[in-house]
Amino acid sequence: MTETPLRRTSLHAEHVALGARMVPFAGWEMPVQYTGVVDEHVAVRTAAGIFDVSHMGELRLRGEYAGHVVDYLTTNDAKKLVDGQAMYTCVCNERGTILDDVIVYRHGQEDWLVVCNASNRDKMVAHFGRAAKDHCDFEDQTPCSALVALQGPRALEILAATGGADAAGLASFRFRAATVAGVGCVVSRTGYTGEDGVEIFCAWADAPSLWRGLLAAGRGAGLKPIGLGARDTLRLEARLSLYGNDIDETTDPLEAGLGWVVKLGKGDFIGRDALQKIQSRPLARKLVGFEVTGRGIARHGYPLLDPDGTTIGVCTSGSPGPTVGKNIGLGYVASAMAAVGTRLVVDCRGKSVDAVVVVTPFYKKGASKGAAGANP
Amino acid sequence: MSDNPPADRRYTKEHEWALPGGGEVTVGITAFAVEQLGDVTLVNIDVKPGDELATGKAFGTIESVKTLSDLYCPIGGKVVRVNGDLTGKPELVNEDCYGKAWMIAIAPRDPKEVEGLMKHDAYADFVKSAAH
Repeated sequence: MTETPLRRTSLHAEHVALGARMVPFAGWEMPVQYTGVVDEHVAVRTAAGIFDVSHMGELRLRGEYAGHVVDYLTTNDAKKLVDGQAMYTCVCNERGTILDDVIVYRHGQEDWLVVCNASNRDKMVAHFGRAAKDHCDFEDQTPCSALVALQGPRALEILAATGGADAAGLASFRFRAATVAGVGCVVSRTGYTGEDGVEIFCAWADAPSLWRGLLAAGRGAGLKPIGLGARDTLRLEARLSLYGNDIDETTDPLEAGLGWVVKLGKGDFIGRDALQKIQSRPLARKLVGFEVTGRGIARHGYPLLDPDGTTIGVCTSGSPGPTVGKNIGLGYVASAMAAVGTRLVVDCRGKSVDAVVVVTPFYKKGASKGAAGANP
Repeated sequence: MSDNPPADRRYTKEHEWALPGGGEVTVGITAFAVEQLGDVTLVNIDVKPGDELATGKAFGTIESVKTLSDLYCPIGGKVVRVNGDLTGKPELVNEDCYGKAWMIAIAPRDPKEVEGLMKHDAYADFVKSAAH
């Protein structure tokens, strides 16, 4: 509906050439699917997928106090990071609710990168920019930094085949400089799919070379380009939160199941006092995973009821889970209804559909399948 | 996949088709609709034989991985049959939307009503203009 022109990543022509359907997303024109959501989802679970996530925000903080600024704005403990290490964290406001969820990269003691959601970029630029003022240099690098994710059991093998052999040996949440498909880049062992894999940062103009090089090298291994549609079903099966769906400024990390990135003992940070209070009381509601056992698909915003028909929560994400083979969802429910095995009813536009609280993640990459590429 | 709409039936702006024959009008959704939906995972037909449907009334929903859409009846009349195969095999919609994935059959109240819908070439033009 908005008349603001959509931004395009440097891979736009690649997506169009690959037959992608392009849609507006957080102010960007992005591929939602190429061959189909299920087909792409399965490719990532069984082989590998390549994603253009250049729309994500990249904020750079440099200087003697850059690390302090980052640590003060995040709930996880940035002080524990060493050079070449990254962490997932929430960024909260003074009320302890979530402004964004981000990954923080320590490039050096005085050089930090924060990767935020595209939908929150303006907000995060203002938030970090304000905090950095008078303390360290701040730069929004989003327009010059492309980001490509390579995910799936064969991702590391493809990375190694394109020159990134050193980077293929990275431990989880570690990153390093590398040359992949002839492109100078930074490779990070992170992702948003529940599969093994990496995310690769490069200069805006270099992304097409990187993209084509990876696709060419991975074709034999079953590598496919993946759109936002499958990115969403993959992250949901892995129970990774989506900002704007499962978490936002009305939810706090503790009820969202993100207590593991809240380090109340780390020293002062924005939201600490509020989170301390929240933690001292029993949670009123919790984000749980559920499986729809009746005929229906839960969608964002559908009410969740107890079997007597009383509303006890709301669905925040829901879709078919192509790998788990069930219709799954996430939602906030009253804490008394949060135990695994609890029967729920989803109000699917007036139709009552049965569901049950289940263990999450819905999908966990099989230990027995053996991360292909880990033992080449 | 932009299958040309078959010439034997009529079409609506909601991307349903209506095929008259043997005193009935069979109803389904078009290839364009299917392409927009993606992988169909659930078809819910909320009417049963004997139910009366007014023109444009929703008779069910179709869901893909990403979205849900209502199904609208292109003409008024009495439901005579519903396609029960779609309950267990929603993927039929992706495989054969103009054939095996028919959804309901209507005994039209006004046998001429279907002739007021778009012909195949008009619908093809409509899709072309809608896509741009």
